[in-house]
Amino acid sequence: MKKLLLAVLLAMVATLAQGGAKIEHWTAPSGAQVYFVESRVVPIVDIQIDFAAGGAYAPEDKAGLAGLTHGLLDTGAGELDEEKIADRLADIGARLGGSVDQDRASISLRSLSSAREREAALELMRLVLQQPMFPAAALEREKARSIAGIREADTRPGSIAAKRFAAALYPGHPYGRLPTVESVEKITRDDLLAFYRAHYGARRAVVSIIGDLGRAEAEAIAQRLTADLPDAPAGAGLPDTAMPARNTQRVEHPATQAHIHLGLPAVRRGDPDYYALLTGNYILGGGGFVSRLMKEVREKRGYAYSVYSHFQPLQQPGPFQIGLQTKREQASDALKVVEEVLAEFLARGPSEDELKAARRNLADGFPLRIDSNRKLLDHIAVIGFYGLPLNYLDDFPRRIEAVTIAEIRAAFQRHIKPEHLVTVIVAGD
Amino acid sequence: MTRRLLFAAALLLSAATALANPHEKTLANGLRVIVQEDRRAPTVVHMVWYRAGSMDEVDGTSGVAHVLEHMMFKGTKTLKQGEFNKRVAAAGGRDNAFTSLDYTAYFQQVPSARLGEMMSLEADRMANLVLDAKEFEQEIRVVMEERRLRTEDNPQAQVHEKQMAAAFQAHPYRRPIIGWMNDLENMTAADARDWYRRWYAPNNAYVIVIGDVDKDAVFRLAERHYGRIPSRALPGRKPQLEPAQVGIKRLVVKAPAKLPYLSMVWKVPALRDLNKEREPYALEVLAAVLDGHEGARFARNLVRGTRVAVSAGAGYDATVRGEALFSVAGTPAEGRTVNDLEAALRAEIARVANEGVSAGELERVKTQTIAAQVYKRDSMMAQALEIGRLEAAGIRWRDIDTLLDKIRSVTAEEVQAVARKYFGDATLTVAVLDPQPLPQPSPSGAAQKSVPTARH
Repeated sequence: MKKLLLAVLLAMVATLAQGGAKIEHWTAPSGAQVYFVESRVVPIVDIQIDFAAGGAYAPEDKAGLAGLTHGLLDTGAGELDEEKIADRLADIGARLGGSVDQDRASISLRSLSSAREREAALELMRLVLQQPMFPAAALEREKARSIAGIREADTRPGSIAAKRFAAALYPGHPYGRLPTVESVEKITRDDLLAFYRAHYGARRAVVSIIGDLGRAEAEAIAQRLTADLPDAPAGAGLPDTAMPARNTQRVEHPATQAHIHLGLPAVRRGDPDYYALLTGNYILGGGGFVSRLMKEVREKRGYAYSVYSHFQPLQQPGPFQIGLQTKREQASDALKVVEEVLAEFLARGPSEDELKAARRNLADGFPLRIDSNRKLLDHIAVIGFYGLPLNYLDDFPRRIEAVTIAEIRAAFQRHIKPEHLVTVIVAGD
Repeated sequence: MTRRLLFAAALLLSAATALANPHEKTLANGLRVIVQEDRRAPTVVHMVWYRAGSMDEVDGTSGVAHVLEHMMFKGTKTLKQGEFNKRVAAAGGRDNAFTSLDYTAYFQQVPSARLGEMMSLEADRMANLVLDAKEFEQEIRVVMEERRLRTEDNPQAQVHEKQMAAAFQAHPYRRPIIGWMNDLENMTAADARDWYRRWYAPNNAYVIVIGDVDKDAVFRLAERHYGRIPSRALPGRKPQLEPAQVGIKRLVVKAPAKLPYLSMVWKVPALRDLNKEREPYALEVLAAVLDGHEGARFARNLVRGTRVAVSAGAGYDATVRGEALFSVAGTPAEGRTVNDLEAALRAEIARVANEGVSAGELERVKTQTIAAQVYKRDSMMAQALEIGRLEAAGIRWRDIDTLLDKIRSVTAEEVQAVARKYFGDATLTVAVLDPQPLPQPSPSGAAQKSVPTARH
């Protein structure tokens, strides 16, 4: 027995060493979009279902509804109460998890691929997705925990800065609405049921599957998990964002360090400028220790431990953000350096050497982005949810190699207009 | 059903380890090289671990292990400042480092063809680091910012730092890894230089390579790059054992926050001899019974059941160089006090001591252990970290399977016995966060200049 297994595993390892990841895509009879990668190297299966049910879909006065709906899914489903669900998952060593951002509500499952464990895990995931009970008692408890978390976060300089920054970037838009004590207090069980019925439909779902299984099995699984979801329409998407006027907000706080954010709404998923922005941002503040911001703010002046810039592409233009923390007394000096680095980059773009170095890291380092099932699953889910081309991963190095200095400069000038730049400083002197 | 799973998964595991078994070679200078071939993707993780962490520091220069970690990126006799990161980036790689109580470790993740360059870089800074005074002056300010970020402005981190300082009076675990602020303010390049000369030697290090590599080729590369660095006599290490604690210790931390927080730590045995001792395995299982998964006792009884807590956790790490602690911590729910929470947490441990644990609970813990081990194989980084941490504590990678077997062999009686034996008041240190209101912003100041939708 042992010998046989060993031989089988050896054969698998040999095949997998050869090719990259082949993504298969189809539409399930339920209407859900399915993306699948067969990967036999570890005896596990990962499944993620992304619904267009993120925070931005909650009604204006009910911020927090998307998170609570998602969080309550596994507190009772079908005949099972939450203790039974937790026990059964533990019995088979499966992990049911997920996350919610502005656009997406994700439910993910990791299980051993052996038949009985996988079957039991899938049945739990199916129940949780298709027959959630949203028990009133669990809702009251989770609301109380959520409110406690918000109250605590509202004392922390980093959380205050992040919240204020989102509100300042997206005035009047759902991307700027984060849960408050008042908004969570208002949420009722009827709200959860209505949100679930309107947003957890198969036509709003993208199923991503990777692991130790074949195409036919993946097809059956995707259909099983999405066949009996609420009959929710695909939906009209999210409202357009408006650009904020340039402004600076200061919030007093007793912390020893100031938390500083600069940015603006910048880029949608699928924007043709994506590769130029990604490459440029690597040079500006995305490339860890070798970025301009890191050099100027940290290495030359010792102003901060962490300083970065970042694009978060979303359905609607997601934020470009620069962030750092620095001793409160030197907040103005550090901010000045950041503003100079950004202005210089916007005006001139990168040098030839910088572009070459960025290409080497992003293109040559590409395999590091997909060298585990978990990493691949994240990419597949994004490709599926945002309708990126299936050859996105294969194409990535080539697209990076093709980016020019002129393209980076033009893309940054198109997407980062100083007249819309918002600055938030918490605990700065 | 669970038993069958365990059996199948264990078989799979041992088969998998048999084929992906790490290989090890010790160079003439004492450097150990551990290689695991994993051909799933054309990448590799390369790590260098030094058995020197904050526990090897002395009073007055706390934090120097971590400061040196920062300085290791600053340049060598032949490499200019900033060049290390540039070379790694140009190879398509990512790199970083981390310092703990027990060790300091450096790593790069790169396309596997670039492993040789990474070894060349690490070997160079193992032997030829230049500690420039001017660079040091800049970097120590970065470290102080790091301390502000992680500790000064983080109330729970304050609680943990002060709790360790109270729980240990003699043992070096009493000092924070990042160092006391005043020690950082007074640290010099010479302190970092002393540390480097003392501990950064091939015979105090081990290299871990996991990825798309051939083991013999890796051993040849290691020989070429690290082999020529001479070994050095290492300073003696004093045990600095903590005298027995003979009574409860309590402390309060006041900091700006909304929610209180409670942390309790008991002194318990660490794992020293993995074949002779049983209690550390039983303590591991106890921690998992209390907080190993969503259905474990703390979440079930305290967060969902009586709702005395908004969160509660338990932890125990048996594989440490120094003293081991069993920790229990949580945040009380609104309307409940830290005293309520303390009583509830103690009652949960007392219930195990009085009534034991069920067969089902034990099975679940063991299943989690096995599943976690299979899942770990999805990440080369996670596997390298596991090997590195165990080796730092003096446990060999060869014994990972033995450790798992031992956990699986723990009985309900053994769990009950450690719950009875180790959770008295005499060895307990309780730390509480007493949240303080934030000062109200002054109405006249520039604060609250805002756009219409701004909150707070």
